Amino acid sequence: MSSKPKSYLGLFIASFQLSAFTFGGGYVIVPLMKKKFVDKLGWLDEKEMLDFIAIAQSSPGALAVNASLLVGYRLFGLAGALLAMLATVLPPLFLISIIAMSYSAVVTNPILRNVLRGMGAGVCAMILDVVIEMASAILRMKRAYPLFLMIAAFAAVAIFQVNVVLVIILCALSGLMSTLRRKGDTSPHVDA
Amino acid sequence: MLMLELFFSFFQIGLFSIGGGYAALSLIEEQIVTQHAWLTMTEFADVVTISQMTPGPIAINAATFVGTSLGGIIGAMIATLGCVLAPCIIVLVFAALYRKYSSLRIAEGILGSLRPAVVGLIAAAGVSMISHILVGAGNGGIVLESIDDVALVLIIMGVMVLRIWKVNPLWVMFGAGALGGVIYTLLG
Repeated sequence: MSSKPKSYLGLFIASFQLSAFTFGGGYVIVPLMKKKFVDKLGWLDEKEMLDFIAIAQSSPGALAVNASLLVGYRLFGLAGALLAMLATVLPPLFLISIIAMSYSAVVTNPILRNVLRGMGAGVCAMILDVVIEMASAILRMKRAYPLFLMIAAFAAVAIFQVNVVLVIILCALSGLMSTLRRKGDTSPHVDA
Repeated sequence: MLMLELFFSFFQIGLFSIGGGYAALSLIEEQIVTQHAWLTMTEFADVVTISQMTPGPIAINAATFVGTSLGGIIGAMIATLGCVLAPCIIVLVFAALYRKYSSLRIAEGILGSLRPAVVGLIAAAGVSMISHILVGAGNGGIVLESIDDVALVLIIMGVMVLRIWKVNPLWVMFGAGALGGVIYTLLG
């Protein structure tokens, strides 16, 4: 299926395009990356791409940046990883710095200020929608511990103003300990 | 010195943001609004809104925005570099481990118990955004008269539209923007 020869320039252009024209965050860009690198360019096979997505999701940081690092690394090693990451970061870096420089002019315009205020309400609705979706998935698990973690993390940050980093570290440690306790279990993990 | 603080602040955001863009919101808010006061809550809410309209991960967008306003293009580059440095190293280490053992059992185990916490963190970020939009910054308790009822209606309508018709969230945001633009301007 290998349709186009691999090149640094090709990798840069493909990653740049993906980053520049994808709206809506990591979960939108990942299927598009698969389409580009697996179906269109034929540089990776589907299994590899799925593995990369699993690794990118297990690591901290933005999903799009992580996935492009892995694709670049697989194609051209460390140089490829850095190149693909650069191509992914450049479009937002360029666009947002222009927006940041014109921001004060925009927000002092009363009509644009009102539009942004309305949009802010729309974004709140989007976040609520995501929370409802994810929280009902946790509720459907019908297990006490995940439910406890969800409520405890919320209460710690929203009510008791606990440091977010501390909350993440504690939850990560609890996950680490329960994984190590299940060490004897060597059944393969398939879910990502 | 400021640039070093900027770098370290976004290094932490990069290192601890797990579970997608929304999950990073409370982390970013804590660093740039609460701890360093580099942005006001209004500016932060605007950056989140702008991020939904523009391509690119929210953490990178926030890094670029804060970096630019503190130190121009150089500031933007330093903040973005800080943001990607830790993930860059961790991803490549994971890739090497994965090649060797073809499993990331420990990372997946950690992620398993972070996932519910991430929902809680997103909810916390949501509450913070909503209370800012409804009552604005500065006034301590929630006073019923000071609630922005236009925003309240827009949020409720938005959630209903998203839940019932599952439309692309961008439409909800642009719709709320258009309605807000008209209504707030007419109300003065």
